[in-house]
Amino acid sequence: MKYKDYYATLGVERGADADTIKKAYRKLAQKHHPDVSKEAGAEEKFKDIAEAYQTLKDPEKRAAYDQLGSSYEAGQEFRPPPDWERQFRERHGAGAAPGGGSFSFDDLDLSDLFEGLSRARRGAGRGGASMKIPGEDYEVTVHLSLEDAARGTQVDLSLGVPEMDDQGRVRHVPKTIKARIPKGATDGQRLRLRGQGGRGLNGGANGDLYLNIVLHPHPLFRPDGHDLYIDLPLAPWEAALGATVEVPTLGGAVNLKVPPGTAAGRKLRLGRKGLPKPGGGEGDLYAIVQIVNPTVLNERERELFGELARASHFNPRGHFTGGGHG
Amino acid sequence: MAEQDDAVWLHTGAQVTIVELARASGLGEEALRELVEFGALVPVAVETSEWCFSAECVVRVRTAARLKADLELETPAVALVLTYLERIQRLETELRHLRAQLTAPRR
Repeated sequence: MKYKDYYATLGVERGADADTIKKAYRKLAQKHHPDVSKEAGAEEKFKDIAEAYQTLKDPEKRAAYDQLGSSYEAGQEFRPPPDWERQFRERHGAGAAPGGGSFSFDDLDLSDLFEGLSRARRGAGRGGASMKIPGEDYEVTVHLSLEDAARGTQVDLSLGVPEMDDQGRVRHVPKTIKARIPKGATDGQRLRLRGQGGRGLNGGANGDLYLNIVLHPHPLFRPDGHDLYIDLPLAPWEAALGATVEVPTLGGAVNLKVPPGTAAGRKLRLGRKGLPKPGGGEGDLYAIVQIVNPTVLNERERELFGELARASHFNPRGHFTGGGHG
Repeated sequence: MAEQDDAVWLHTGAQVTIVELARASGLGEEALRELVEFGALVPVAVETSEWCFSAECVVRVRTAARLKADLELETPAVALVLTYLERIQRLETELRHLRAQLTAPRR
């Protein structure tokens, strides 16, 4: 079993009183809580802080922890005192099972150990074997491509799932869960998969799995709910004279009619070419017009633009001097 | 086309009962009623015998419940957290909407 320095985790002296420990925890929790902090690894950091606090705030657990002494370094392998093992065995009936294998602390986590010891001392474990314990809920962020969100997909999620072995010990084991995501996802949307969280114990209901959908940026389409936006670059003459242009959609390219005299920034709507909606139907696709000039003009183009400039009376900045508010 | 029975999109159109919300968040019904009193949670139909809420608030209330437990917050503080979470969600939606309409600069 690896030793953890709970006092160092909370940044307090070994002799700190309960109030100091609580204050230190709250300060760290506010900073590193995964619902508040956006820093990488906040979840792991907060888990360590919470684990340290769960042990140190409980006088009984803290006393047991203090018994270990202060000579260990964090991460160092150590063996708990022999009478702990005895208490734990009695509580969990370990070794009583025929052929139950050898009982060892080695594969237990320090926090699981304190939880087990504390339950053994309270005697709360006696009725525990038959108590219904609902499974844990999980929240996971899932990154999807726009295409997968549109089609629906299946993802493999790696979770640390608590499991109770036949000796009644709880430990966290890595587990891969396959989750089917029905079509209709949008960026930032949440999906609840009922009963696909942690397994309930002793007949308790299984937990739920909550997925937070985040869409990968797409090189062409920008999602807004179930609507999609795409930039539509047009040559000045296409915008002025009107044109039929090919526009990509999730379901393949379609022809779009650009009306004559189309201004930059205009939104041209392609009905039902957006993302599918969960209840049926689809969002729309909006093509936003950009007017793009050739950066290099050949001689003929320069001539034609020159001729246009001389022939046209169009003034795009008329409102600057017209005294109006247009 | 149809969703799996066990897969539910938590969007504005869908609703959850107060019982479901209590189960999903771990907050008791009484605590939820208190949050409604504080104006931090708004039921979609108050006149029905059982209050219903927009399904999108499930995750928000779960977050608030976690913060309540982990930071040892009192109910008025949870109400404040919920109000801010709601505002953040609204702003994120607005930001997404605006970003989608922002055309990429071209040379």
